[in-house]
Amino acid sequence: MSDTQPILEVENLCTTFTRGGVALPAVRDVSFNVGKGEVLGLVGESGSGKSVTLRSILGLSRRYGDVTGSVKWMGQDIAQMPERKLRHIRGRDIAMIFQEPMTSLNPLLTVGLQLTETLKAHTDMGRAARRDRAIEMLDHVGIPAAASRLNEYPHQFSGGMRQRVMIAIALAASPKLLLADEPTTALDVTIQAQILDLILSLADELEMGVILVTHDLGVVAQTCKKAAVMYAGRIVEQGDVRQVLRAPRHPYTVGLMRSVPQDVPPRSQLYTVPGTPPSLEALPQGCAFAPRCQGRTEGCLVARPPLATIAQGRSVACFNPVTDAQGAAA
Amino acid sequence: MTQPVMDIKDIELEFQVSRTLTDFVKQRPGRVVRALNGVSLQLNKGETLGVVGESGCGKSTLARCIVRLYEPKRGSIHFDGKDIFAAGAKADRSYNRRVQMMFQDPYSSLNPRMTTGQILSEALSVHNMRPKDEIATRVAELLDLVRLPQDAAGKLPHEFSGGQRQRIAIARALAVEPEVLIADELVSALDVSVQAQVVNLLLELQDRLNLTILFVAHDLRLVRHVSNRVAVIYLGRIVEVGDSETLFSNPSHPYSQALLSAAPSLDPDDKGSAIRLQGELPSPLNVPSGCPFHVRCRHATDFCKIEVPELRALPGRGEVACHHAEEVSEHA
Repeated sequence: MSDTQPILEVENLCTTFTRGGVALPAVRDVSFNVGKGEVLGLVGESGSGKSVTLRSILGLSRRYGDVTGSVKWMGQDIAQMPERKLRHIRGRDIAMIFQEPMTSLNPLLTVGLQLTETLKAHTDMGRAARRDRAIEMLDHVGIPAAASRLNEYPHQFSGGMRQRVMIAIALAASPKLLLADEPTTALDVTIQAQILDLILSLADELEMGVILVTHDLGVVAQTCKKAAVMYAGRIVEQGDVRQVLRAPRHPYTVGLMRSVPQDVPPRSQLYTVPGTPPSLEALPQGCAFAPRCQGRTEGCLVARPPLATIAQGRSVACFNPVTDAQGAAA
Repeated sequence: MTQPVMDIKDIELEFQVSRTLTDFVKQRPGRVVRALNGVSLQLNKGETLGVVGESGCGKSTLARCIVRLYEPKRGSIHFDGKDIFAAGAKADRSYNRRVQMMFQDPYSSLNPRMTTGQILSEALSVHNMRPKDEIATRVAELLDLVRLPQDAAGKLPHEFSGGQRQRIAIARALAVEPEVLIADELVSALDVSVQAQVVNLLLELQDRLNLTILFVAHDLRLVRHVSNRVAVIYLGRIVEVGDSETLFSNPSHPYSQALLSAAPSLDPDDKGSAIRLQGELPSPLNVPSGCPFHVRCRHATDFCKIEVPELRALPGRGEVACHHAEEVSEHA
């Protein structure tokens, strides 16, 4: 699919919030593409700017911060598009699943109403057709006795069920791109597996592009085709998921991979990345990872490494990337 | 084998749900959440026992029973041969000192108005661990133990990151020189790279101080890494318990098999055996009859719907609560 024209092109996206006169650059110079039916994983620790990136794509952060750069949807720049026009794309072409199934649904409205609301706004279906479609969607996401549950309220659903409802709402208008912000973090592993299977099969069926934000490397490995690793608001490594996870080139990715307890002797000391991620108020002048990096040089502390292409579809933002052999050994 | 320090026998715990208006109208009695339905476990000296299960299965309730935050309705817990819920036992504060709990949320488990120094010295003075004039030195020692800088003593919890806060929680638990630590989702709220730091610290301290740890978590990889033995809980019942490596490489209970296979592998080409469980955890308000897992189990027979399986030893494996364990483990 990678040779087809990408449906979403994000270029030099920057989102800066201001708090008490201090600028907080939450997302800095983020660029990536998503093709038809392609699943891109956005990985990083909390505060690395994953969620803000997603929100900025949909124009949800411009009320709170300053967004620059371009977000091209089917060739059309939506970053600067007025809110009224953007509303036709939001929910219809690009849909989003939020992280908290417990708080993202309106507790005062029935699930059926929240589902049909999207359809009412974006399609010219009649009332009965909308209802049928809502039942079909709930069925699709695996909610038993869908027809009778339309009149129930969110509190009558369990966490896993609410997340399915969120997915059903997002997919009701058959979007071409799904932005999924930690869709399974609040769920148990057995439910997580069901939900991820569902998203993948729908992506396949509807040729829907997906951006999956997560901090779980296992989830990325199992669901994504491409992966982008974020650190302190920037993408530090990007490429095919197999290459990124098997032979990471950025020292941060290497550190992340090695701190997961897998294939290490039980109860041995785990590899750790020393220190903690920097605060956005006090980002280092050079590479944001330099203070924690074991391979840093003088240059890393002064200049910021650009995200440079090192192979077809593979890029790394590091002056001294880890060699293939070292990365694979990790 | 080693002597069990803690012997948990058949504990059961129910929570009363307050009657709703409809309950009154329909003259129904109030409903009960059956959180624990006969849990038996032994904790051996110096080991780490991992407890895994889905949310709502009773992991945390079990941990809280052990530190006497909840009193079980039936069953007993013996520590060092003494019943901790016996009449008069509650007055014995030394148990509280010897068994310490660490909580999941580093943002709510520390008093925001107390400095780290105050938090640690409170623990020391409540249990009379040190004479007054030695407390400051002991606080410094503790900070050193969990590798926090000395100036941390004068700071408030909000000045620390999540990982540092969990270190303070560990230091607070260790202040009173306990023998058993109950870690309830100690690192679940932390990022991967910080998680590893805290886990390393815990493992190192365990060896150095000869601690016994009950490690409750839902991250299976992590539990496998830190535990000597593992117990799998389902709806307030232990369905399998055994040596960590054996259980993880060859789970015998159909639920353990499904749970372990659901954990996503880090290898993109390893799609796993993909045993997908149907449906969700039944509500503990309404525990199914017989084997609580039968409604989601691929191997369930009519017998499973009637008879509750007891934990029994399986040759070469741990203990399993399944009527069909022999056939099931051959399938895996």
